[in-house]
Amino acid sequence: MFKLEARPQASRLWTYASPLLALALTVVLGVILFIALGKDPVRALQMFFWEPIKSGYALGELMVKATPLLLIALGLAVCFRSNVWNIGAEGQFVIGAVCAGGVAMLAGKDTGRWVVLVIIAAGVLGGMLWAGLTALLRDRFNASEILVSLMLVYVADMVLSYLVYGPWKDPAGYNFPQTKTFEAVTQIPRLMTGSRVSVGLLIALAAAAGLWVFLFRTRAGFAQQVGGLAPDAARYAGFSSRKALWVALLTSGGAAGLAGALEVAGPIGQLTPYVPAAYGFAAIIVAFVGRLHPAGMGLSAVLMSMFYIGGELAQSRLGLPKSITGVFQGLLLFCLLACDTLVAYRLRWVAARSAVAGGKA
Amino acid sequence: MDFASDLFSSSFAPDMTTPLLSLQGITKRYPGVVANQDVSLTVMPGQAHAVLGENGAGKSTLMKIIYGSVKPDEGQVVFNGQSVQIRNPQEARKLGISMVFQHFSLFDTLTVAENVWLGLDKSLSLAEVTERILAKASEYGLDLEPDRPVHTLSVGEMQRVEIIRALLTEPKLLILDEPTSVLTPQAVEKLFVVLHKLVSQGCSILYISHKLHEIRALCSACTVLRGGKLTGVCDPREETNASLSRLMIGAEPPALAPTPRTPGDVVLSVKGLQLDKQDPFGVDLQGIDLQVRSGEVVGLAGVSGNGQRELMWALSGEDTRSPAAAITLLGQSAGQLPPRARRSLGLHFVPEERLGRGAVPSMSLAHNLLLTRSEALGTGGWIRMGALADQARSIIERFKVKASGPDAAARSLSGGNLQKFIVGREISAAPKLLIVSQPTWGVDVGAAAQIRAEILALRDAGCAVLVVSEELEELFEISDRLHVIAKGRLSPSLPRAEATVALIGEWMSGLWPAAKAEMAQGAQHVQA
Repeated sequence: MFKLEARPQASRLWTYASPLLALALTVVLGVILFIALGKDPVRALQMFFWEPIKSGYALGELMVKATPLLLIALGLAVCFRSNVWNIGAEGQFVIGAVCAGGVAMLAGKDTGRWVVLVIIAAGVLGGMLWAGLTALLRDRFNASEILVSLMLVYVADMVLSYLVYGPWKDPAGYNFPQTKTFEAVTQIPRLMTGSRVSVGLLIALAAAAGLWVFLFRTRAGFAQQVGGLAPDAARYAGFSSRKALWVALLTSGGAAGLAGALEVAGPIGQLTPYVPAAYGFAAIIVAFVGRLHPAGMGLSAVLMSMFYIGGELAQSRLGLPKSITGVFQGLLLFCLLACDTLVAYRLRWVAARSAVAGGKA
Repeated sequence: MDFASDLFSSSFAPDMTTPLLSLQGITKRYPGVVANQDVSLTVMPGQAHAVLGENGAGKSTLMKIIYGSVKPDEGQVVFNGQSVQIRNPQEARKLGISMVFQHFSLFDTLTVAENVWLGLDKSLSLAEVTERILAKASEYGLDLEPDRPVHTLSVGEMQRVEIIRALLTEPKLLILDEPTSVLTPQAVEKLFVVLHKLVSQGCSILYISHKLHEIRALCSACTVLRGGKLTGVCDPREETNASLSRLMIGAEPPALAPTPRTPGDVVLSVKGLQLDKQDPFGVDLQGIDLQVRSGEVVGLAGVSGNGQRELMWALSGEDTRSPAAAITLLGQSAGQLPPRARRSLGLHFVPEERLGRGAVPSMSLAHNLLLTRSEALGTGGWIRMGALADQARSIIERFKVKASGPDAAARSLSGGNLQKFIVGREISAAPKLLIVSQPTWGVDVGAAAQIRAEILALRDAGCAVLVVSEELEELFEISDRLHVIAKGRLSPSLPRAEATVALIGEWMSGLWPAAKAEMAQGAQHVQA
């Protein structure tokens, strides 16, 4: 039988190989799933892994979806590395979108291009505010940040619904629950014509580089992580756990809010009840599959974006249910959690009854 | 400290030639380390047999093999003349083997009787168990109240619960793993009376320790392990300390020659520190008065759990609830300063927990420097990686830390080497006041001697040092003055020359004359 044996030291190889093995397992399980559903597995896999990269336009779309995922995951990585379990990035994303949308609605035909900066700032502040609520409740009342941040997702959804069904509904919108389409001047600048990729991608990449510097080259980043890895050591060193809590939540809230602003002032262009696309939850998977490392999260954001696009294609072309995207995301996360066992343990084949030499007598 | 040797004559080994327990060629490998290699051990009926060795010598693994909680890779176990395979502790207990672990396995919220009941035959009622506990307790002169909740017991009493629990199974062989590490000298004496009685009744004892005088007082045979291998079997009563430590560590530890000095100015002064406990099982600090001067080592003796942890938190700044004026550091009120502010005043602290408090287990040695050192930081807290690695390398070299380099994760080091690194990190910061908690806990003899020598060198350089330790011998060796902490109160100071094991032991139970306390305090001021 196989036996799990603790490694004397965590395996470097498996730290990097585990996400790849998890991806391979996800694909195998996916193939089994497609066969069980009576679909051609080759064609289905094509939808997920070939269609999203086969043309320049497709690649652009891949980046459009990867951008918010990466931004949110970067913020979450700060939280998770500090042992602050912010599960509510989705809510911070929505409130960021609402605040950005509120500013965008104010823009008229003759507003200057500067309004884009205000929109982005509003998004960031909105996300920070929403995450700040969690930080405040945790700091003042020691409320679990997991529950509070998760519950606030639903509150955020309600806030959005109230606004688009109520005061912010477009009077000329045939009673659809949506705001007016924002003026063109509010549009986040695109990088090139013929693609929806915006400067948001550059912001996300810059944020990834910034996070790397913060985590690995500054004492503030070091202190932030010590609090997560060994709280007693942080206390001994004199690193404030309250500061770590606030920094973590405000950073991730700001990042999620920024992603929300880039979405509503970018591809969406108005507020609708469909702004929440579960990016905030998917980003949790992005963060862990990417090993909470900025470069790793860049790759996993692209992967997760493929699942989003592949899921949509599988829905429209193969008639697979919409939930297939979620199934894939969940499979990947669970496979990763399972494969991560190999980082700290190794598999060894042992004979069914280990030969304790007592039998010699 | 051979207080029990006079009792030894009363013990005798029954005249039997079949060994009760015999281990032959036991080998146990763990990934990356061989815990036991071809170890043999023979225990005669009614024999108190010592297993001697440093930390990490493989004593505990060997005991766990006997007790059935670890399976050996090779070798055989013969009990009462029969080859046996002990698969789990239940089987061990059925054979008549009982074990008292170093770390107690008691539930704090249950009573003594309930705790004992948990480990016994389920057919007994609680009342019957209580009766049996009382019977056993009076038989061996162990006083114990079965109805008391365990969290109200002292450490010595908790150990008595463990021993009673073991005795109720009527063992033929009782294994004791470092039983005296948490006891006052008086409690050790009581324990030895019980053990001698057991031996005289024909029960065999396996006694694990690294304290030579105890082994000599109790045991008539001794098996010595070093690095997982058998290095000798002897009669400890016929060996000298030097010959036993040679077997144990391969060489005698270098003797320290302390040079007495006149202490300088007061560096740390604690006046009337009063602090309520933070966790329910903690200790309230009451009226702590303490002074540490430059160029002296002040030792703080006491059984663990008497307020040492709480006092260390208050002194290091991990607990800032003290009144500002209660703690003075180099003339500054420091009671409410956070750790970093105290560090910049010159206070450096080595906590007793190395992994998780003194160092982040998963981080490299170099990064662990950043917990308390900031020399490698540039403007804005930028980490200069090259300088950081160089700094770590120089500490590794100077303090002879065995590590693969500055990138080695803290948890990959052995306890002794990590302690050397942490002590080195704090000492090389050139502190004005060094506080060290349990400097040589779980550290092998060679590293312990090195750490003590470094502490003395620092004192000779004019640093004020406060050492908290459970090892009286260690405190006697390096301290200039001693205090004893008991139940959250601090005894008056005692010059080392006047300290005896008996006196300190008495004070460890909180029995120092209060009037004498004031006198001694006054005398100390005059002296200075």
